[in-house]
Amino acid sequence: MDKQQLLDKISELSSKAEGLAAQADALAVQAAQMTGTGAGEVVSTSGSPFLFLFTAFVLACFVGYYVVWSVTPALHSPLMGVTNAISSVIIVGALIAAGPMDMNISKIFGFLAVMLASVNIFGGFVVTNRMLAMFKKKERKG
Amino acid sequence: MANLAGYAYLVAAICFIMALRGLSSPETARKGNLYGIIGMLIAVITTIAMPSVLSYGLIISGILIGGAIGTVIALKIQMTALPQLVAAFHSLVGLAAVFVAAAAYYTPEAYGIGSPGKIGVGSLIEMSLGTAIGAVTFTGSLIAFGKLQAIFRSAPVMFKGQHALNALLGLLLIAFVVWFCTTQEPIAFWAIVVLSLVIGVLLIIPIGGADMPVVVSMLNSYSGWAACGIGFTLANTALIVTGALVGSSGAILSYIMCKGMNRSIINVILGGFGAEGGAAAAGGGDDDRPVTSGSPEDAAYFMKNAESVIIVPGYGMAVAQAQHALREMADQLKEAGVKVRYAIHPVAGRMPGHMNVLLAEANVPYDDVLELEEINRDFSSTDVAFVIGANDITNPAAKTDETSPIYGMPILDVEEAGTVYFIKRSMATGYAGVQNELFFKDNTVMLFGDAKDVCEKIVGAMD
Repeated sequence: MDKQQLLDKISELSSKAEGLAAQADALAVQAAQMTGTGAGEVVSTSGSPFLFLFTAFVLACFVGYYVVWSVTPALHSPLMGVTNAISSVIIVGALIAAGPMDMNISKIFGFLAVMLASVNIFGGFVVTNRMLAMFKKKERKG
Repeated sequence: MANLAGYAYLVAAICFIMALRGLSSPETARKGNLYGIIGMLIAVITTIAMPSVLSYGLIISGILIGGAIGTVIALKIQMTALPQLVAAFHSLVGLAAVFVAAAAYYTPEAYGIGSPGKIGVGSLIEMSLGTAIGAVTFTGSLIAFGKLQAIFRSAPVMFKGQHALNALLGLLLIAFVVWFCTTQEPIAFWAIVVLSLVIGVLLIIPIGGADMPVVVSMLNSYSGWAACGIGFTLANTALIVTGALVGSSGAILSYIMCKGMNRSIINVILGGFGAEGGAAAAGGGDDDRPVTSGSPEDAAYFMKNAESVIIVPGYGMAVAQAQHALREMADQLKEAGVKVRYAIHPVAGRMPGHMNVLLAEANVPYDDVLELEEINRDFSSTDVAFVIGANDITNPAAKTDETSPIYGMPILDVEEAGTVYFIKRSMATGYAGVQNELFFKDNTVMLFGDAKDVCEKIVGAMD
């Protein structure tokens, strides 16, 4: 092969390599997304993984609506206490971030979020319990 | 392993639903709280047991530090400071949401949503939402805390062009989100955070102190939606379901509060007392009409000989810490054979259900405490209405005076009672800046003085 053909061959190979690298990237994203959402090889008739989550979301809103309307107004303050405590289930995300052994910025964020969420969890349930302990029925005579 | 975790999170979500369901009555409520704790334990333990979560030392120390702080605060807080506590706690959830979003942004592979710089667009949108709402909740709740704790003045902070500015910032936020989702640059992420922090402040400062019940409920709702957004980002059903429960709960409470004031939520959020620029109400200030004033001793004698009394408590009772003296007075009335009940207006206090907790703390049996809808018709057949620390919620002008800023608000019909005793420190106007027409009615007797003081004198006179 002469010099020109060699150079042509090299540029052809390098553009092929670029193409393959881009493909590998795209596949990596896909693979990561699939393992993350746990969709695996399930072939679904109701749509994408996002749609599963969105379905859960919508149903949860309905459940929330009906359950909260049944809360007696006298207990609206404990309701705020409990909802505040359970919203700290965001600690789950924080624990995953703080989980790995090697130090990085996400781990720091995770640790801080774990602390903040813990304040809420303990504080929220304790204060709600305090409130609920105060509600007494009329003492029955005799 | 992922499947097992999924089932565990489902059980946790069910426990949380049961926790809320338990609040339908005081008998089932404490068990409900226990469900909530169990659900949280399940969620936390499941996550810690995951193979990717290894730095147990760091995690346990974080939980213990945070837990200790939270427990101490919750055990020592006075019930009158409950609204501030709840506001402060909401701010923590908001900030935690921002931190978790940041962690997901910098290390997306930990959550399986891609690699740094190559996160899917869907995840980016969800991340932006969770971050923005979390940041708004954080600063908004801090401002609410400041107003409730009287660190900032509770009066609305308004300035010209405020609505235009807020609208502009809203549009800018959308632009930032688009910027972030297309470029995934760190600066775009932090721009969203900073702008949201600012929006949180601007959203809450124009809201006045007595509108706080709506604000606290609103922020409660936002903290739920922030958790939801993060839940979508991390594809975690426990977060999504719990976030939706909390979000709906706060939204419903906000709606109830707004109905109780007969103002729309837009009206409250945009600030002032419904007017642009927050004009003070017309007709406030000096009113020379005569009022009948009485002494605690007279009130004691009169009430002891009455057949029925309805007590109407308001935030002023909490401020004066009069709830215990009030209950003593009620006990003595009951011993004298008087029927005693309490009437609670939905927006009495600074937080939904606040009055109920304060009365419960003073050992008032909850069967005696009734909501507006349950008791309003009974005033006309009641001998005495005893108003302590409440004002606007008893003002008949809400029904008759169309120019009044409180027009249309549901009120407690205390003027229908045989006699109305009204405890007040002076003739100064209340929050709404309007004089209460009730004072000038023939059957109203003013008891001037500090709420706790007056109650104690009445108790003393009845012995």
